[in-house]
Amino acid sequence: MNGWFANVDWSEIGQACLDTLAMLGGSLLLTLALGLPLGVLLLLTSPGQIWQNRVVSGGLALAVNLLRSVPFIILLIVMIPLTVLLAGTSLGVAGAIPPLVVGAAPFFARLVETALREVDRNTIEAVQAMGATTRDLVFRALLPEALPGILAGATVTAIALVSFTAMAGAVGAGGLGDLAIRFGYQRFQTDVMLVTVALLLVLVQLLQMAGDRLVRHFTRR
Amino acid sequence: MIHLENVHKAFANGHAALAGVDLEIARGEVFGIIGRSGAGKSTLVRLLNGLECPTAGRVEIDGIALDGLSGEGLRALRRRVGMIFQNFGLLGSRTIFDNVALPLRIAGADKARIAARVPELLARVGLADHRAKYPAQLSGGQKQRVGIARALATDPDILLCDEATSALDPETTRSILALLGDLNRELGLTIVLITHEMEVVRQVCDRVAVLHAGRVVEAGSVADVFLRPRAAETRALIDEDGEDARPLAFDGPLARLTLQGDAVLQPVLTRIARETGTDFVILDGRIGRLRDASFGQLTLGLSGGNTEAALAALRQHGEVAA
Repeated sequence: MNGWFANVDWSEIGQACLDTLAMLGGSLLLTLALGLPLGVLLLLTSPGQIWQNRVVSGGLALAVNLLRSVPFIILLIVMIPLTVLLAGTSLGVAGAIPPLVVGAAPFFARLVETALREVDRNTIEAVQAMGATTRDLVFRALLPEALPGILAGATVTAIALVSFTAMAGAVGAGGLGDLAIRFGYQRFQTDVMLVTVALLLVLVQLLQMAGDRLVRHFTRR
Repeated sequence: MIHLENVHKAFANGHAALAGVDLEIARGEVFGIIGRSGAGKSTLVRLLNGLECPTAGRVEIDGIALDGLSGEGLRALRRRVGMIFQNFGLLGSRTIFDNVALPLRIAGADKARIAARVPELLARVGLADHRAKYPAQLSGGQKQRVGIARALATDPDILLCDEATSALDPETTRSILALLGDLNRELGLTIVLITHEMEVVRQVCDRVAVLHAGRVVEAGSVADVFLRPRAAETRALIDEDGEDARPLAFDGPLARLTLQGDAVLQPVLTRIARETGTDFVILDGRIGRLRDASFGQLTLGLSGGNTEAALAALRQHGEVAA
């Protein structure tokens, strides 16, 4: 096949797209499921809150900061034994998901904590003054009130995960990043590079638009 | 009904918000707590529903000590004590209906009860047509009305108001205070109201305590505290209420006359002037209403005639201080 995209194997591109979407979908779901409770816990155990506890709060903060300070490419490699334990392999889509979640969940948890902190103090007091349990407070007040902020955080996290999946490609995870590195970089196939970058760009754009739309839908002002 | 005994509250940073407060608030009264920012008002009102705990002393509501309560006991008490806030504390993500329904849902009320009770509450505060709106679509006064409806949802005996009118303009403040007065009369609701504005106390309260640096410096009926302030802090708060504290210079005998009730509506000065030949110069004065009573307080300069007889005649109508 001659022309501008001579080196591009479209079926391989298609497979890479599916791999990237699978890594993104799987890791995003797990990141949200782990990061949300972690963010709530970070808030509730911090000083001045209902479960304030210096040990738990300090421990969580330390763990979160540690994980966030390790560059993702290093985390990928350091985590290989744990990844094999959790996913049975350190390769492919399954092997990419544990490090993606460990890399993104603490980040998302911090964003959740920040969004929850924005909830008006009088609102929290008002709900407590009604005789609410902590469970009522979290599920009937904090989370619904912070929902737009949490969704915005989820969007930022999803986009960070797209770039993480591309890095995971470097250690055998497959996907668009893997193609870009193996063909675009190592074999100087600029056309492959261009196609993968364009596809990643479209993916990020779609995520941002979907996120913005959700935030708007749940904002009542 | 509410009993505070030697209550102290110090925060973790060492700041003592309350330093020995004694208070007695009776069932069915509107009790004001006035003081400047930092006087400890917000802390004090939060002790009454357990949002804050005292570091020493005793807080009792209907004979139940709050420090012995936790978990379900505390939540049950909180359903008997409603609270409204300066910033309203409404949930922006929920409709007006759902905001008012929230305390009922938390208390475990069933759907039918909620569907019946919420419209009733919204009608009571004059917002029957706004049930499907969100808080951001309402004015400040309307938001506070939602706050009041929400606070009344579980039929409380006590309503706590934390600077509830401080974010509102004077006209809206008057309408909210009028609503609180009505609720007090019609439901027998005991209202504890904290504010930094004397005007609020004057309009709606039966009794008032003046809080300064974590202590009650003066307490009593609004008429007593407002017309005969003893503490310097009280006088300062009253003077801020639109008056110039410096009297005009007058060459002659002075009298400060305080009238209450029907005497305010009598032509006291002109009658005495005719009878004694003494003329009065009004140097300072205010005439107005407390919650249910009228009052007048005048600083008079006496000139000519029989001033002794004039003073004696003044004393027959009200209090006179030289």
